[in-house]
Amino acid sequence: MSTLETTDTGQPVDRQETGESWIKKMTGAQSVWILGVLVVIIVFFAITGGRNFFSASNFLQISQNLAVLAVLGVGVTFVIITSGIDLSIGSVLTFSSVIAAKVMEAMGGQGWGTALVGLLVAIVSGGAWGWVNGFLVAKAKVPALIVTLGSLSVALGLAQVITGGIDIRAVPTALADFAAYDKILGIPGLAFVALIVVIVGGIVLHRTRFGRYTFAVGSNEEAARRVGVKVDRQLIYIYLMTGALAGLGATMYLAQFTTTTIAGNTLTNLNVIAAVVIGGTSIFGGEGSMFGTVVGLFIPAVLQTGFVIIGVEPFWQGVAVGIVLVAAVYVDQTRRAAALRGARKNRRAARSAATAK
Amino acid sequence: MTPILEARGLSRAFGHVQALDNSDFDVNAGEVVALIGDNGAGKSTMVKALSGNLQLDSGEILFEGKPVHMTSTQQVAAMGIEVVYQDLALAPHLDPAENVFLGREIPAKGIAGWLGFMDNKQMRRKARASFDELGATVRSMTSPVGSMSGGQRQGIAIARAIAWASKVVFLDEPTAALGVVQTKNVLETIKKVRDRGVAVVLISHSMPAVLEVADRVQVMRLGRRIATYTAADTSVEQLVGAMTGALEVSDGRDAA
Ligand SMILES: Nc1ncnc2c1ncn2[C@@H]1O[C@H](COP(=O)(O)OP(=O)(O)OP(=O)(O)O)[C@@H](O)[C@H]1O
Ligand SMILES: [Mg+2]
Repeated sequence: MSTLETTDTGQPVDRQETGESWIKKMTGAQSVWILGVLVVIIVFFAITGGRNFFSASNFLQISQNLAVLAVLGVGVTFVIITSGIDLSIGSVLTFSSVIAAKVMEAMGGQGWGTALVGLLVAIVSGGAWGWVNGFLVAKAKVPALIVTLGSLSVALGLAQVITGGIDIRAVPTALADFAAYDKILGIPGLAFVALIVVIVGGIVLHRTRFGRYTFAVGSNEEAARRVGVKVDRQLIYIYLMTGALAGLGATMYLAQFTTTTIAGNTLTNLNVIAAVVIGGTSIFGGEGSMFGTVVGLFIPAVLQTGFVIIGVEPFWQGVAVGIVLVAAVYVDQTRRAAALRGARKNRRAARSAATAK
Repeated sequence: MTPILEARGLSRAFGHVQALDNSDFDVNAGEVVALIGDNGAGKSTMVKALSGNLQLDSGEILFEGKPVHMTSTQQVAAMGIEVVYQDLALAPHLDPAENVFLGREIPAKGIAGWLGFMDNKQMRRKARASFDELGATVRSMTSPVGSMSGGQRQGIAIARAIAWASKVVFLDEPTAALGVVQTKNVLETIKKVRDRGVAVVLISHSMPAVLEVADRVQVMRLGRRIATYTAADTSVEQLVGAMTGALEVSDGRDAA
């Protein structure tokens, strides 16, 4: 019927062309630049901090501490690529951990049975919040910033209502041991879970149709709609997934601290968003990478441990991260503006050529 | 011969602007129809109406002689109708092949395809082939289209529409940003597509281009079709006269 279905010229694919694009997609220009920044920071602390800093155990410790943020970061990367935002993840995490802890407390076991029920409950309650966010963004057309600011407040409020503001310390030993002692392939349990989530998230984002539609929606929603992409459904799935990942993060959080922390996640959302943006994902949508998010997570974490090891007050971490964040976005924007100027110049040239004839 | 696509008495108002005012339109298979008219005459609105992108106040659309309700872009695409919009409707961050296949990705073979993986190599190869067929100068298959020139983007949008259209293709000012060579290529391609039996609707402000490729010319003014000409026995003066209202014309239907 149409040429695309029938033409097969048998022309060999330019290997270099495909290879280059694959690497470019996986990393993205901004995240390569920011990887350089991370390397410089690591080298700096390796020199000043010596073996205390530059050791396998230190990096395993850092990854363990990053595990929960990384799981949240996977969802938020998708959301920001659609040019959305999710401020509610920290509160949703708190809410889900409260519900899961309540259920596990009621069940009372210390084994994996209780733990898995808790995990399931957390994922479902996180997913429910995500669905609400997605529905309001996609169908009710309320700006994502407002929707998730609202659910941030409601989820946290409900968590406080349910507990009366008192943290629940009912975490099965199986779960706590997993975080504290278990290693898989030499990697601490939580870090291993996060690694799997990041890898799967990266594959889905960069290699599948679902990922492509995520970029398309953020790039030009109207264009995506016109070619038949189900934009609303895509958005709902993405927010739902982000909420469900916050639920998984909640279980990991419980495992790590063996208690809910109702007051402890007020800055989680901003930390995750900062990491995603430092990693080169554009808040204007259409651009970003999972690899960048991982790098963006490591920068603040490495700064923090590095400062501790070389004896600088860790408060400086906030100062440094804030500067890196703004600098990263500034560089990103100038790059983007330059590209756009180039395109516009070409367009103008083409138009004047057309009218000249 | 029944027109492959026909509009009868379409009306649509935006506030107090009557964008379509009881307007007719028709195009046959294997025919190039030029749709011309001044800025704001309602040409783009007509295209939207005939591609499922516009809620109509009244009127009827017939596809292959049968009344149809165009409710979604997927439905219209499945009918073999494609549109190159005036604003191109490309995703600027995606590369040319990703744009050509957006919404119609070729799945990878076997279980991977079922899991949502795509055959990017094949898509890129086929996209390349359709650009070559059109003579579009797409230099890089890996850069995002947002970084490309207006003409290159137009080439990509046209290649996409032509590649997928099996029945009707609408081209809303397809040569506006194109260079001399590319314009010629597009006009040649329009003829090739017509010879494949596809109906082509060309919207253009370039009268020489219109007279070169069109079999018939339909003129719109103030939201309605006011005249239809056979391209072979009309002139630029006549078309301009009808467009601006300097020439008294009637569609026949109104006179009756
Ligand atoms: N979505 C809309 N909302 C309000 N008014 C609209 C809308 N779409 C079209 N119109 C109005 O309808 C009229 C016809 O517009 P249309 O875009 O169809 O013109 P056109 O013939 O394609 O013109 P051009 O040659 O400039 O592309 C114009 O007056 C326009 O302002
Ligand atoms: Mg128009």
